[in-house]
Amino acid sequence: MPKAKAIFLSSFPAPLLISCAFFIYIYSMNLIEVKNLRKDYATHKAVDDISFVIPQGSIFGLLGPNGAGKTTLLRMITGIFYPDQGEILFKGRPFDSHTDIHAIGYMPEERGLYKKMKVGEQALYLAQLKGLKEKEAREKIKYWFDKFEINSWWNKKVEELSKGMQQKVQFISTIMHNPDLLILDEPFSGLDPINSNLIKQEIFDLSRNGTTIIFSTHRMEQVEEICDRIILVNKGQKILDGEVKQIKQDFKQHVFRIGLGQQPNFAQVATHHFQIIKQQGADLTVKLADGSNTNDILKHFIGYNIPVTSFHEILPSINEVFIQQVQQTEPALQPATI
Amino acid sequence: MNKIWLIIKREFTTRVRKRSFLVVTLLVPLFFAAMIVIPILIATNSKDEKRIAVIDESHLFLNRFPDNKGVYYKYLENISVDTFRHTYKEYGYSGLLYIPRLDINRPSGITYYSDAQPGIATESRLNRHVNDLIEEERMKQANIDVEKVHAFKSDINIDFQTGEEGKKGNSAVAYGVGYASGFIIYIILMFFGMSVMRGVMEEKVSRIAEVMISSVKPFQLMMGKIIGIAGVGLLQFLIWVVLIIGVQLLLPLFFSADSISSLQEGGMQSAGNAAAIEAMEKISFVLGSINWTVIITCFIFYFLGGYLFYSALFAAVGSLVNEDPSDAQALTFPITLPIIIGIMVMISAVQNPTSSLAVWGSIIPFTSPMVMMARLPYGVPGTVPYWQLGLSISLLILGFLATTWLAGKIYRTGILMYGKKITWKEAIRWIGRKS
Repeated sequence: MPKAKAIFLSSFPAPLLISCAFFIYIYSMNLIEVKNLRKDYATHKAVDDISFVIPQGSIFGLLGPNGAGKTTLLRMITGIFYPDQGEILFKGRPFDSHTDIHAIGYMPEERGLYKKMKVGEQALYLAQLKGLKEKEAREKIKYWFDKFEINSWWNKKVEELSKGMQQKVQFISTIMHNPDLLILDEPFSGLDPINSNLIKQEIFDLSRNGTTIIFSTHRMEQVEEICDRIILVNKGQKILDGEVKQIKQDFKQHVFRIGLGQQPNFAQVATHHFQIIKQQGADLTVKLADGSNTNDILKHFIGYNIPVTSFHEILPSINEVFIQQVQQTEPALQPATI
Repeated sequence: MNKIWLIIKREFTTRVRKRSFLVVTLLVPLFFAAMIVIPILIATNSKDEKRIAVIDESHLFLNRFPDNKGVYYKYLENISVDTFRHTYKEYGYSGLLYIPRLDINRPSGITYYSDAQPGIATESRLNRHVNDLIEEERMKQANIDVEKVHAFKSDINIDFQTGEEGKKGNSAVAYGVGYASGFIIYIILMFFGMSVMRGVMEEKVSRIAEVMISSVKPFQLMMGKIIGIAGVGLLQFLIWVVLIIGVQLLLPLFFSADSISSLQEGGMQSAGNAAAIEAMEKISFVLGSINWTVIITCFIFYFLGGYLFYSALFAAVGSLVNEDPSDAQALTFPITLPIIIGIMVMISAVQNPTSSLAVWGSIIPFTSPMVMMARLPYGVPGTVPYWQLGLSISLLILGFLATTWLAGKIYRTGILMYGKKITWKEAIRWIGRKS
C-alpha cells in the first residue's frame, strides 16, 4: 500500500505541481493592497487612513459623493500622487512607477485628447507611451478600431468627432496595451445607451480575461450590475467595503414580499411575528419582528389556511445603502450627487 | 528616456507640420530679403535721369553745379520763377532750384521746388553744392586762394586699437552686432517661451494632461515639450541661415553688378570710385575685427541657455492657468518683467559695455543672455574678461537647472489642479512640498 502511494505521488510531475500552485497563488492574490493611506491637502484631509484590497480579476467599485477623495485615491494608485503615509502594494510589492505604470490603463473622469491631432496618430502616440513598440501598437489599434468599427476615423482630427465618438477613442487608448489594472472614472458619462452597452460588454470581456477593473462612479444601478466588490468613501474616510452581495445582506432590513392566494382580513394579519409595511390587495410587504424567523410567517398564514403563492426577501439597493451611510456620516448634509 | 523622446518628437512634428510654421519660416527671410532687395530696386529704377532746372538770379552759380551720375542741371534765363514753378514738369524737369539775388555774406531764399520728396541724397547733394560754391565765393571776396585751402583740408580717421594684440576695433560695428544679437535673444525668449506656455495650457485645458500623466512623469512631459520647441526654434534658425546665404549667393544673378555698385554709390555720394572701393574694404575690415567664432558660439549658447532658463518658468505659468486665458496675463507678469528689464539693461550695455550695470547684467542669469550678447562684440577678453564670461556661463547653466527644478515642482501640481484660481503665492508653497 505505501508503495502504491509513492508511485501515485511520483507520477505527478513536479513542474506541473509547482505551476498549478503558482496559478492558484496568482488567482487568489490581491492585485492591489492599500494600507493606511493618507494624503493631506493644505486645507483638508483628502484621504484619511484608508485600507482595502482589490482581488485579482475583480470589478471593484469605488463610490463616494463628489469631493470624497476618489480621484486623489485613484491618482495615488496610478502613481501620479505620492501618499503622505501608508503604502500601496501592486502584485504584492510596492508600486514601481517605472515598470508598473505600463500595467495600468487609466481613463480619468476629465477626459482629454489632443484636439488638433489625428485620431490614429493620437492612439499610436498614447500606445507607444504605454511601452508598446510601434508595429505592435499599430496592430492593437487596428484590432480595436475594427472591433469598434471606427477605422474610417484614422485621419480625422479629434476636434471633428462628437463627444461620444471621442469617448470611444479614449476608451480604446486606455485598454490597447492590455493593462492588468484598468481604472475607469465614470466611463459611461456622455455615452448614448448603445455605446454604453458596447463599453459595458467590453468591460465584462476584459474582466473575464483576467483584467482587474476599478470602476469609480456615483451611478448606483451600474454598480450593482457591474461590480463584484465596492468601497464607499466619504470625506476621505472609508465607510464600508466588501462584496456587493455581502453588503446587501449586511444591510438588509428583514423585509419580505408575500403573495397570497386571497386577501387576508384584519384579524388574519394581527401577529407579533411581523409588521405590515405595505399592502396591495393580496400582496404584502412585511418586516420581520426581532426574534422571529421566516418560517414563523409561513406558519402563520398556513395556520389560517391562506395559500402562499410567492415569498421573497427584499434586499436594500446599493443606492439605499449609499444614501443611508453617507447621511449617517454627515447628518446635516444631503449627499452631493447621486 | 524613450518616452521623453516620443514626447519631443510629437511636440516637434506637430509644430513643424503646422501651416503657421511654414509661413513664419518663409516670411522672416523674405522680410530680410526685401530689406536688401528693395533699396537696390529703388536705386536701379531711379537710375533714369533727374533733370533739375536752375533759375539763378544771382548769376553766381551759372554752369558751376557739376553734372553727376544721372543728375543734370539746366540753367534757364529770363524766366519768372512764379510761373515756371507751376509748369517745370511740362518741360520734363523733375525739380526747380531757385536762387534769388544774393548777398553773399547773408544768403537766403534759395528754394527747391518739386512734386515728390527729393530724397535725402538729392537734398544733401544740393545743400553741399550750394554751400561749397558760397564758401568759394566768400574766399574769393576775401582774397583767399581756394586751391590752397583745399590743400589744407584733412580727412583722417583715428586708428582705434583694442585689446593687447592691438586688434583693430570699431565701436559702430560692435554696437550694431551687439544690439542685433541682444534683441534677437529677447525675441526668442518671448516668442518661444510663450509658445511653451500655450502648449502647457492647451494640455491642461483640454484635460489630456491627466491621461498623459498616467503614462509619463510630469517632468518628462514638461521637458519633452521644452526640448521639442527648442528643436523647432533651431530648425527655423537653420532654415533661415541657409535661406539668407542662398539669397545672398543668388542676388548677383538677378541684379547686374552695375546696379549694386550704383547702390553703393548712393552711400558714397560724390566720392569717387576709388574711394568707394576703399570704403568697402574698410567695412569688410571692421567686420573682420569681430571674432565671429566667439560671437556665434556664444549666441547659440545664450539662445539655448536663456530659452531653457525661461521656458521652464513659462511652462510653470501654463500649468497654473485654468479655463480663463486672461489669468495667464497676470501670472506671466513676474516672468516677463525680468526679460523686459534685461532688454533695457541691454540697450544701456551696448552703449557702455563696461559699466557696472552692464557687467552685472551680463552675469546674473535673469538678464545675462541679452546683456552678454550686447557686450561680446566689443571683444573678449578686452571688454569682457574671461572670468566674467565664465561666471556668466556657469551661472546660466546653474540657473536653468534651478528654474527647471522649481518649475517642475509647480508644474507637477498645477497641471492636475482644476477649477480653482491659483496664485503665485500658493504655487511657491508647492515647491517646498516633498514628492
